[in-house]
Amino acid sequence: MMTDSTTQALAVTPETSAQLLPFVLQLADTSLILAHRLSEWCGHGPILEQDLAMANIALDLLGEARSYYQYAAELEGKGRTEDDLAYLRPAVEYSNPLLVEQPNGDFAHTIVRQFIYDAFHYHLLLQLQQGPDAQLAAIAEKSVKEAAYHIKWSSEWVIRLGDGTDESRQRVEKAIRNLWRFSGELTTPTVTEQLLQTAGFLPDYATTQQQVDTHVARVFEEATLSVPEGIFMQKGGKDGRHSEHLGYLLAELQYLQRTYPGLQW
Amino acid sequence: MNQKEWPLWEVFIRSKQGLDHKHVGSLHAADAEMAIQNARDVYTRRLEGVSIWVVESTHVHASNPDDSAAFYEPANDKIYRHPTFYQVPDSIKHM
Repeated sequence: MMTDSTTQALAVTPETSAQLLPFVLQLADTSLILAHRLSEWCGHGPILEQDLAMANIALDLLGEARSYYQYAAELEGKGRTEDDLAYLRPAVEYSNPLLVEQPNGDFAHTIVRQFIYDAFHYHLLLQLQQGPDAQLAAIAEKSVKEAAYHIKWSSEWVIRLGDGTDESRQRVEKAIRNLWRFSGELTTPTVTEQLLQTAGFLPDYATTQQQVDTHVARVFEEATLSVPEGIFMQKGGKDGRHSEHLGYLLAELQYLQRTYPGLQW
Repeated sequence: MNQKEWPLWEVFIRSKQGLDHKHVGSLHAADAEMAIQNARDVYTRRLEGVSIWVVESTHVHASNPDDSAAFYEPANDKIYRHPTFYQVPDSIKHM
């Protein structure tokens, strides 16, 4: 776990640097895939104002993804660019958690997916910005301001839908039933994440989970919703084992670069 | 009122340099909090402002265009209401 006394003494050794690359790519993939999902709403939002809100969040996440991809390309040092990493890797090399690749469904489904992710994302960034890796800390510091708005937006929508009409409540409850199984993967560390946690580069996810739980409990109480218990948690995305949805998403996302390699506009 | 339609809100934004909130447009929202968030998303994407006011449009009362003759034309021939008849000494700059 990161504390002030340990973070000062840490230096980036070749070993931690080797672990940092897959972790930075995981952050990049996560932001990119969720940004892409949100961008699918563009022009289809329930009202113009929320259409724009989702497009804004998608652009925030895309910007964050770019920062991570640029850093990953630098860490890798093999001459690949951010575009190569985003557009030319197959699905099995993507290490985003399963949650963010899940289809949009209805508006409530998108809100619940976003809410689960925002609760984790915001609290992770809060800790990353105090981490020992200067570049990661700088990206986190910039992104946490955006994530603070995202979590506000999605939390308020969970409350509105949960404590709204019969239909909105029914839809948000269904989304929670469908998506909760993907929430556990966010704070279940992979081998890479465990090594980075031991080295003090990553927070102990148990702490993050507590912060997430506190936030979720508060919002759900106001939304008059109950937090699911005893759910079997799916995982595998962070290790490259994805649901069928990612392949279709990447086919669309990568189409242009695959069809016209090196194309620019 | 049709409950499926969210009410309309008028949005006022104060820019960084500005001292006053200026009307920038309107939008739909279910309540004031959502209206402020929507205004943030719709009207401050390009660093337009540092402060947002929203007012439900039904609370804005406007003058009637039919009254314009009675309201505004009587001021036309009262040029003495403009402070243009004072001699400004040469030493006063920036008036």
